[in-house]
Amino acid sequence: MSRGTQAVVLVVLGGAILRASLTDLYLRYVKQGLRPFLIAAGLLLVITALVALGQQLRHLNRPECQSDDDGHGHGRSGPAVGWLLLLPALALLFVVPPALGADTAARAGSALTDRRDVAYPPLPPDDPAELSLLEYGYRAVYDHGRTLQGRRIQLTGFLAPGPDGEPMLARIVLACCAADGIPVKVGLHGDMPEGPANTWIRATGRWIPHTAKDPVNDADLPYFQVESWEKIPAPAEPYE
Amino acid sequence: MVLSAVIAVFVPRSFWARALPRHPALAVPVAGMAGVVLPGCECGSVPIAGSLIRRGVTPAAALAFLLAAPAINPIVLTATAIAFPRNLEMVAARGGASLLVALLMGWLWLRLGRADLIRLPHRAHLDELPRMTAFWMACRHDVIHAGGFLVVGAMAAATINVVVPQQFLHDLAARPVLSVLALAALAVLLSICSEADAFVAASLSQFSLTARLAFLVVGPMVDLKLISMQTGIFGSRFAVRFAPATFALAVLVAAGLGTVIW
Repeated sequence: MSRGTQAVVLVVLGGAILRASLTDLYLRYVKQGLRPFLIAAGLLLVITALVALGQQLRHLNRPECQSDDDGHGHGRSGPAVGWLLLLPALALLFVVPPALGADTAARAGSALTDRRDVAYPPLPPDDPAELSLLEYGYRAVYDHGRTLQGRRIQLTGFLAPGPDGEPMLARIVLACCAADGIPVKVGLHGDMPEGPANTWIRATGRWIPHTAKDPVNDADLPYFQVESWEKIPAPAEPYE
Repeated sequence: MVLSAVIAVFVPRSFWARALPRHPALAVPVAGMAGVVLPGCECGSVPIAGSLIRRGVTPAAALAFLLAAPAINPIVLTATAIAFPRNLEMVAARGGASLLVALLMGWLWLRLGRADLIRLPHRAHLDELPRMTAFWMACRHDVIHAGGFLVVGAMAAATINVVVPQQFLHDLAARPVLSVLALAALAVLLSICSEADAFVAASLSQFSLTARLAFLVVGPMVDLKLISMQTGIFGSRFAVRFAPATFALAVLVAAGLGTVIW
């Protein structure tokens, strides 16, 4: 791989990262807080490539000066492997892998596994009160619904088939990037939402004191009594 | 990568000679502990360790750093504490076991390692070039080498993540010895960043804490993307010896410590 080719690969990779991080696309793969690092990394790759191109041009103008590091001495597994850097770049530019969804929710165990001994503050005064699935789950299972009683609650997530075939409301929780995504699942009663898996739903309803166990990892599954629901477009930030 | 390029260009050779104890056996723990102050994940520490060796640091110390840095830095330990709020001893167990494995591997390298096993890819003599030129050159060199191998490892890990059903793990969880080996192997296959693996370990709640400790100790030291990157930076003759040895030692230490604590 010549210096010029390396530069082209780096420009494509840096450009793909910049394009994803300057739109909402990056939110499918990493947490929002990582955006500055993505932009910095993209810029750095592009600058590295431009410097290499500059060196290459000067090199072409003065062929007598010694080649710096390329075209000799690279082992068999040398920089040919650098071509592979094009794969994630092209995937990001043309394939655009979708965010994690119902498939992950079905295969991986739910996130509610460890009680947190914290004092749960009262819900915000809005009616209905909007909660993340994780927040609802903690309050429902480990605080026995103390702060949820008598309140109308709104949850947002996608539909994922539960172990008994009934749809559950699920969302993927990220610690840092999609590689560590863990689903959080909430079972549904009442006015069951309908639609294929991965349909995004905003459901309004109430807490019920019913829980179950996730067959995958014995995690706790809280339940939610749906009073009404509507289909919504997938949010820009699909993860919790 | 940037840090690796900074080390390669801006930190003079003499700094390492002064910063680390002259005797290699003492340099190992100092380099291992140095990981505490470098909050990064494991992908970054491979090219950094390569740069350290290039700059004259004794390989045993650089390898101790390579293994310890991703596991014992404050970000990773804080994440572990958040993921295991009711088992805070997991934080100490993870830090202690990881450091111990890193030091043992460093000393083991002093006894058994041979210099010819490490073959760093050829790179120009940066010392003779203007500093900024050398810096960008080192950046490009590291991205092309380590990055290409990172793609190989990531593809393998992503495939396995989709192909291996987690339900299959459920059956292993009830058997004490098998469960430790199963989660240690899973850590190798999944190749999750050390800063986030504690949350995944917490969600594997069907397994014993000892098995999950093995997951957390093995993950940052041996996994598909690391093996791939180590092959790229240090050569395949190195990787085929170093990775299995580290894996075995990490499983033993984690299982031993887990048995004592829980």
